[in-house]
Amino acid sequence: MNKTANSKAWLFVIPMVVLVAFNALIPLMTVVNYSVQETFGDNVFFWEGMKWFEQVLRSDRFHESFLRQFAFTGMILLIEIPLGILVALSMPRKGPWVSVCLVLMALPLLIPWNVVGAMWNIFALPDTGLLGRMINGLGIHYNFTQGPVAAWATTVVMDVWHWTSLVVLLAYAGLCSIPEAYYQAAKIDGASAWAVFRHIQLPKMKRVLTIAILLRFMDSFMIYTEPFVLTGGGPGNTTTFLSIDLVKIALGQFDLGPAAAMSLIYFLIVLLVCWIFYTLMMRGEAK
Amino acid sequence: MAIELKNVTRQVGADTHIYETNLSFDKGGFNVLLGTTLSGKTTLLRLMAGLERPSSGEVWFDGKDVTGVPVQRRGVSMVYQQFINYPNFTVFDNIASPLRVAGISHGQISQRVEKISELLKLTPLLERLPSELSGGQQQRTALARALVKNAPLVLLDEPLANLDYKLREELRDELPRLFMDTGATVVYATSEPLEALMLGGYTATLHQGRVTQYGPTPTIYRKPNNLLSARVFSAPPINTATIQKEGGTFRLTDSATWPAPDALRQLKNGPYTIGIRPHHISVESHAAGAVSINGIVQIAEISGSESIIHFHIEDNSWISECRGIHPYKVGESARLYLDVSRCFYFNPDGELIAHPGAADG
Repeated sequence: MNKTANSKAWLFVIPMVVLVAFNALIPLMTVVNYSVQETFGDNVFFWEGMKWFEQVLRSDRFHESFLRQFAFTGMILLIEIPLGILVALSMPRKGPWVSVCLVLMALPLLIPWNVVGAMWNIFALPDTGLLGRMINGLGIHYNFTQGPVAAWATTVVMDVWHWTSLVVLLAYAGLCSIPEAYYQAAKIDGASAWAVFRHIQLPKMKRVLTIAILLRFMDSFMIYTEPFVLTGGGPGNTTTFLSIDLVKIALGQFDLGPAAAMSLIYFLIVLLVCWIFYTLMMRGEAK
Repeated sequence: MAIELKNVTRQVGADTHIYETNLSFDKGGFNVLLGTTLSGKTTLLRLMAGLERPSSGEVWFDGKDVTGVPVQRRGVSMVYQQFINYPNFTVFDNIASPLRVAGISHGQISQRVEKISELLKLTPLLERLPSELSGGQQQRTALARALVKNAPLVLLDEPLANLDYKLREELRDELPRLFMDTGATVVYATSEPLEALMLGGYTATLHQGRVTQYGPTPTIYRKPNNLLSARVFSAPPINTATIQKEGGTFRLTDSATWPAPDALRQLKNGPYTIGIRPHHISVESHAAGAVSINGIVQIAEISGSESIIHFHIEDNSWISECRGIHPYKVGESARLYLDVSRCFYFNPDGELIAHPGAADG
């Protein structure tokens, strides 16, 4: 095929180029600019090279919040994915209850992040919150503003409450796309419920589940608002995840250089993991 | 009798899917259920399999009442229109799966799988996953799974409908042969009259949840007992019209009349229905005694050496399928010839009173 020169076509591309530039490229380049320089205000900059990157990568603080972040993401994935599948499996496939279930499932997804954080904060306060009082009433000492375990548990449960629905909806869509004949064929074979799940439902849900894992990974890896409102990163630093730490460095301490370097490292990690997922997914497709 | 439905009905909520039905299929026979979509073919298959319970009536298998027996203890295998295989099993494991559930020894499994895969030309594909197979190969795998079980009853629900034309023809030729050797009773549901004719065996025609006729396939085609069976068993659809008997003649339109055949001379005067298959209406007069009619052409399709002409004659939409290429324009008036010696005659209740061959003696 011959390529035809069409200069008018550029006119149609320009709006998008401008949008992407202002939306992504210019902010990103500003961050790159900060990450290699030192500034003391007044728009005076000194070249620092890779110093901030080295500093961030060597700092214990970064290692700790990085590990916290991975632990948190791993934990919520381990809970939300199986739980989401379980809920999707027990949802009705037809009848009037389908829409009721779907709306109920969609509700948590519609609530803004900071509202979720505030809700759980009020809900879980040990002296006035319904949940906090109930747990303490059972004789278990619970105070998420003081105990690290309680703080982690509350953050994890809050995220599970907020986001399991997404996994449920995706898994449910996958389940609904399985033709009835598969179940009949399994029934004729005399296959057990476990075999139906393992050899029909799970393989048929593979694609949507990969997307669910990818989405939950990205979202939870960048989590900020909910734990910020709930615990503020505390007690101590125990729930200070990567983005909370980043904001503390950038806006709390105003260390723009290290914060910019950390942003870029953070960005590259997310990009790398997404690329790995994407490659694995595409390889599965090609097969 | 291998499988027998006795006064079976099936209702779901307020809808009746199957009206009271009696059917019995011979052991080892090849049976076709022929009907349009929603005529109840799939429901009948599911009732025979035991995937659905009849609302009333009994299902008998091999001289035993199996009405309440769950499907996995019935000795049934089934193949569907969609290609149903376990997505993460190789072809070998897919074919072996019913045998593994049945607890058959390892050595015997591979022996039986190998034999069946050879029969279905799957031997080079045994290590592949279903997603790496073409549609035809996937359906062969599903057929192999149904065959390997040696189930005494094999149910096939439009198994060729999702395949392309060439594969369909190929498998259609193979299917009756594959099942003949196993001694299994086969029930094959299809919506295509030509497929039923090519498969042979016995056919039950279905119309809106009722069996309209059951008998040897060619017999039903040649001698449908009623208008419904004739309509189900004709592709393109059979042409029908109300005619008037006046003395010794039948009148279709004012200009199209013909003398009543000897066998129908004694009938009362009044309205009757004729049915005539599209290939007995031609633009050329071949048969002696053909009646000429005037039609208004609606569509004229040309398929290689044949023309299919859709036309209106008075209030009836008719189709002619005739040799040669006849490019008519839409709205054009066409002279067509009706071979009245090939007509079916039905009384006002839709029952057959004369068919070609019988009228000729």
